[in-house]
Amino acid sequence: MFTRFNQFASPKHFYDLSARLTPWFTWASILLLLAGLYGGLVLAPADYQQGDSFRIIYIHVPSAWMSLFVYVVMAMAGGIGLIWHVKIADIIARSSASLGASFTFLALATGSLWGKPMWGTWWVWDARLTSELILLFLYLGYIALQSAFDDRRVAARAGAVLALVGLVNIPIIHYSVEWWSTLHQGPTITKFDAPSIHMSMLIPLLLMALAFKSYFISVLLIRARSEILEYECNSTWVEELISNRSF
Amino acid sequence: MSIQEFFHMGGYAFYVWSSYGLCAVVMILNVLQSVSRQKKTLNTLIKRQRRTLGQ
Amino acid sequence: MYAYWKAFVVIVSRDAMLAFRRQAELVNPLIFFIMVVTLFPFAFGSDSELLQRITAGMIWITALLASTLSLDSIFRSDFDDGSIEQIVLSRYSLILLVAAKITAHWLLTGLPLIMVAMLIGFILSLPGQTMQALLATLLLGTPVLSLIGAIAVALTVGLRSGGMLLSLLILPLYMPVLIFSMLAVENAMSELPITAELYFLAGILVLSATLAPVATASSLRIRLS
Repeated sequence: MFTRFNQFASPKHFYDLSARLTPWFTWASILLLLAGLYGGLVLAPADYQQGDSFRIIYIHVPSAWMSLFVYVVMAMAGGIGLIWHVKIADIIARSSASLGASFTFLALATGSLWGKPMWGTWWVWDARLTSELILLFLYLGYIALQSAFDDRRVAARAGAVLALVGLVNIPIIHYSVEWWSTLHQGPTITKFDAPSIHMSMLIPLLLMALAFKSYFISVLLIRARSEILEYECNSTWVEELISNRSF
Repeated sequence: MSIQEFFHMGGYAFYVWSSYGLCAVVMILNVLQSVSRQKKTLNTLIKRQRRTLGQ
Repeated sequence: MYAYWKAFVVIVSRDAMLAFRRQAELVNPLIFFIMVVTLFPFAFGSDSELLQRITAGMIWITALLASTLSLDSIFRSDFDDGSIEQIVLSRYSLILLVAAKITAHWLLTGLPLIMVAMLIGFILSLPGQTMQALLATLLLGTPVLSLIGAIAVALTVGLRSGGMLLSLLILPLYMPVLIFSMLAVENAMSELPITAELYFLAGILVLSATLAPVATASSLRIRLS
């Protein structure tokens, strides 16, 4: 079992495997995206309160879900790399950071674009937007720390410690911001939590969430491939791969 | 529903379409950046190997 | 057991002695603290009613910034003269020694900061209940700042852009402490109970006191490997 895991985690094996898997995830994400967009923009009826502006939900909520999901993936992979010295885990953690940051940015920007017609301003100190903003800060700190080191090994481990500290902090940040905003504003934003969401609105949302997930995986695999090449550029298998390519 | 109505989005066209546009831009940029980086990495490695073989 | 306690005390007193020899490092954060507090009336006007309302918050934010600036000194001099390697290689557990260094840092910067904050609060005539809440939150909160900060210092000390990077890393992690402290102070101002917020702060303190030395020790090992 463990030898099989080791084989899977060897950079060469992972490099080949990711080359085979990327097209599958790419096509899956394209198809899911088309289905989700059709369902969300065309089939789903307009919300009785928010009109058509609620359709932003189909990118806002999946981005927000992904922003957390990617952080958890990043911290877990970092932890695995830190404890068991699995190179692939380090690479996955490093490659997810900027993707996670872009999902967080999307969640913030679409939240702001949704907030303008709903609240009348681009920004309110709403609990979810605020904690999303702090999450963006955590991502940016991680990326800044990664780029401050020249040695990739040290960068990966230092980043892993930071990501794990952030992971412990995320629930604390979430609850503190929630507590703070309920005291300051009162529950004025219940508009957002519809009590029950209709099936025709929910199914496109789930499709979009799946589409974002497979998009993440396929881009992650592409990025991981170039990270592996840079990481392993002096090993024999990369030399062989390169000589097969150039002749 | 007509095409015009669809693009009008019940008066929220600006917000809805700029969200979707922004999302598309960010996602496509991520893909392009990753793909071009992979190509660049391969190219530098190929060049490096040619240099060492040429010597 | 006694040997561990002794090692702890030795590190604390060593750091204290070093700090007293370089008094500027002790005093500078306090001067910074007072100066920044002086800036606020220039920005918000000397309208005493408004200032009264924001005094506690401005003291907290300034304390946060001052402690961020002084954090670097936890490991900086040890890193520069190489004694950090002796500490890492010592036969005592690195976690214990790191905890001692963090304690020393809090005693040398956090505690004086609290005293100056109390003095400022007194001069600006904060009401008694607000002062109590401010004192309680600072007592529970500033150790957390030192503990979380130590992790980030261990990760960034000796890097080219260390100082800026350090604040980027820790300020988001400081936000819960600031939020709960300010909630407690606000409750105290409107004469509401503050126990819930204090319990939460104490919880954060206990959590960070258990986890932060471990994380700091492993970051130091990573940096020196």
